[in-house]
Amino acid sequence: MVDGKPNNEQRTTNNYITMKLYLKIWRQKDASSAGKIVDYTLDGVEGDMSFLEMLDILNEELISKGEEPVEFDHDCREGICGTCSLQINGEPHGPDRLVTTCQLHMRKFNDGDTIVIEPFRAKAFPVIKDLIVDRSSFDRIQQAGGYISVNTSGNTVDANAIPINKHAADEAMDAATCIGCGACVAACKNASAMLFTSAKVSQFALLPQGRVEAVERVQNMVRQMDLEGFGNCTNTGACEVECPKGISLTNIARMNREYLSATVKG
Amino acid sequence: MDSKIPSGPLADKWTKHKNDINLVNPANKRNIDVIVVGTGLAGGAAAATLAELGYNVKTFCYQDSPRRAHSIAAQGGINAAKNYQGDGDSNYRLFYDTIKGGDYRSREANVYRLAEVSGNIIDQCVAQGVPFAREYGGLLDNRSFGGVLVSRTFYAKGQTGQQLLLGAYSAMNRQINRGKIQAYNRHEMMDLVLVDGKARGIIARDLVSGEIERHSAHAVVLATGGYGNVFFLSTNAMGSNVMAAWRAHRKGAFFANPCFTQIHPTCIPVSGEHQSKLTLMSESLRNDGRIWVPKKMEDAVAIREGKLKPTQLAEEDRDYYLERRYPAFGNLVPRDVASRAAKERCDAGFGVNKTGEAVYLDFASAIKRYGKEKALTSGIKDPDEATIIKLGEEVIEAKYGNLFQMYEKIVDQNPYKTPMMIYPAVHYTMGGLWVDYNLQTTIPGCYAAGEANFSDHGANRLGASALMQGLADGYFVLPYTIGDYLSHDIRTGKIPTDSKEFDEAEKQVRDRMEKLMGGSGIHSVDYYHKKLGKIMWNKCGMARNAKELEEAVKEISDLRKDFWENVKVPGTIDSKNQELEKAGRVADFLELGELFAKDALHRNESCGGHFREEYQTEEGEALRDDKNFKYVAAWEFAGEPKDAKLHKEDLVYENIELKTRSYK
Repeated sequence: MVDGKPNNEQRTTNNYITMKLYLKIWRQKDASSAGKIVDYTLDGVEGDMSFLEMLDILNEELISKGEEPVEFDHDCREGICGTCSLQINGEPHGPDRLVTTCQLHMRKFNDGDTIVIEPFRAKAFPVIKDLIVDRSSFDRIQQAGGYISVNTSGNTVDANAIPINKHAADEAMDAATCIGCGACVAACKNASAMLFTSAKVSQFALLPQGRVEAVERVQNMVRQMDLEGFGNCTNTGACEVECPKGISLTNIARMNREYLSATVKG
Repeated sequence: MDSKIPSGPLADKWTKHKNDINLVNPANKRNIDVIVVGTGLAGGAAAATLAELGYNVKTFCYQDSPRRAHSIAAQGGINAAKNYQGDGDSNYRLFYDTIKGGDYRSREANVYRLAEVSGNIIDQCVAQGVPFAREYGGLLDNRSFGGVLVSRTFYAKGQTGQQLLLGAYSAMNRQINRGKIQAYNRHEMMDLVLVDGKARGIIARDLVSGEIERHSAHAVVLATGGYGNVFFLSTNAMGSNVMAAWRAHRKGAFFANPCFTQIHPTCIPVSGEHQSKLTLMSESLRNDGRIWVPKKMEDAVAIREGKLKPTQLAEEDRDYYLERRYPAFGNLVPRDVASRAAKERCDAGFGVNKTGEAVYLDFASAIKRYGKEKALTSGIKDPDEATIIKLGEEVIEAKYGNLFQMYEKIVDQNPYKTPMMIYPAVHYTMGGLWVDYNLQTTIPGCYAAGEANFSDHGANRLGASALMQGLADGYFVLPYTIGDYLSHDIRTGKIPTDSKEFDEAEKQVRDRMEKLMGGSGIHSVDYYHKKLGKIMWNKCGMARNAKELEEAVKEISDLRKDFWENVKVPGTIDSKNQELEKAGRVADFLELGELFAKDALHRNESCGGHFREEYQTEEGEALRDDKNFKYVAAWEFAGEPKDAKLHKEDLVYENIELKTRSYK
């Protein structure tokens, strides 16, 4: 196995011992109500369950007891849609690296653990209910300039008409893999959306198709980011560490360059 | 059934049709409203393009952002007949492969149009900044998918769907920014509203406030994806549902070929009762992975008991059953064929995990092959075994890194060192709302695009063709064909929402929700969904027979009755309520499932993904019956799903000779 991970024999043992967990979960009726942490005890959790499947079981228990289930955002459950969030023991998407909450498995926890589960915390991500937050501010940043202005015609130039350096294309792809989950914001002490915004700015800055509107794009997207109430970047790098897709901090540096040169060009 | 296929030679139909249909002038487009439900590849592309053209567009999605539609999860790639590899590809070959792959149950004219616009899609996406994989020369790279003998699949690592969806989302964002699209996210379509027999709007529920809303338009586009979640366990997203399509069906849209479902061969096997969804491992892995089970029963037993490791098994003790049975296509046979072959081996007792329902997908020989090549090109003349493997693993990581990582996170085994375990899972539904050549359903003004319609994939879809069809429908087909319909609405004016039709539709929606909340409160929604899924998987799954299908129709009908009497939905109607959302969706699955079983029961043949045990060759291959079943089964709602009325659209093959599909 890969360094630091248990070997197969250990894994099999871990999987079939069930765990008892002490959950402290943020409950909030709606955006205008006050929220609080509520304690739950959950037994019979298996290592092969995903974190969200563990919450499914809790919810089934709550429903059978006539209580309201805990609401949380989730959809694809394969780490790509970016819907799931959750601050788990203080970390966005929990203790594992390069995974979203839906791909975090319970084998990363131990019998008897206490787990604190909260929504992503940021002024620009208001809580809707329980663990669900409103991330529409991210959409508005994209609407401000996260596109290339090309109409659907069917007769744009042939896709191979402009060769693109493989290295640049690969780097653009790495930036483009951002899933818009908001972990970067939740990880940042300033609740800054620089990593998210810079990923899109970088993707287009690295491609010839994107250069045409580069000046307006970076200015408009940064302006919207500030309007939404996200904080500033102070280069702590927590966003990169917590990003489930490994979006690199160099994107922020690139966006700063783009922004500076756009300002100079005015 | 009038499919409205234009006359003339196959290759000229679409051009001629575009020249013949009516246009709406730009000034009039500003007075016309279009609702698009679903914002995946088909819906997102259609919404953006319609808004570019000048129509006023409203989009609806249940997700918190259009960027999260489940198209995002497509991994491997998108087909296009660009012939960049010079391997003899052409529109005709893509057309032919798709018809053949679909086991001769799709419409020639639609499929040819799909092939014809496939190249435009790639051009459009590159112009939008979609970062497709490139070769060192800077040109686009291609890979191969199942059921074809050329390399025509474009890809962006293992995240092609994500990149294409984000492309369509960016095109939408541009129009939202211009005010031409109003996006209603976290909204669910609860019903379709018909005025004078035409689709004129929808009733939607704001999933945050619980408020019921009325929205009117001159036409409604449903791009709401497939219904794989009728099986409970599938590779679909948790929220993927059939509600929009099913509501339209209940209002008069015919539902076509519901039993044509794709069971994808390479998914991560089920690990336990707690499982909530299944994860796909891209078909692209079959480019390099070899599928096998042990040749000897005692080895299979030893592996299942953990006494033997797959890597310890000698080459001659392995059964590469796809290569054995289908030497011409080998591991790249179409999905339905690969899935059935895996089931056959596991049913015979050769499965390799605890449950006996898994086969190996092994990269060891690809790692060695790539490692040797890489060593040579890196100037290492006599590489040792360890160097070869190290270099080979690097090549595999560059190609499939994210898939391998995903596998490792879920299964907790390292697929570079030990073969992956895979098993078939429900993935895609070829059936859907019946549409004519213009993508219009049997309700005037109600269109269906992407996976939500039935049109292009027949009884089995080829890999990397879903993305192609979604974007073809959304970018290049629907925006033209809908104009022809809307050209008759230039004098209509805004559709009022205070009509009796809207009153009635809203009342029905409210009554239905109250009924859902009013169950006796014994079992949760998931309890019923899981029960339905078990019936579907056991009796309407990879192999079906008349006896079990008859049982399924009855069991689903009984389960539905139980559901409406005893379901427990906590919370209230007028607030955020995820259980209520699920309940509405499961209620529709409980109706669709019954129609699905009925359709499978009536189709007394095996074709593509529909395998009836009674109809097979001596070698266990699907036995089609073209004399009696060369048609699209379009079902008209008539009260109970089991009473649905069958309409037949005969499929006419003028350009392709019907043959028994062979991949040997």
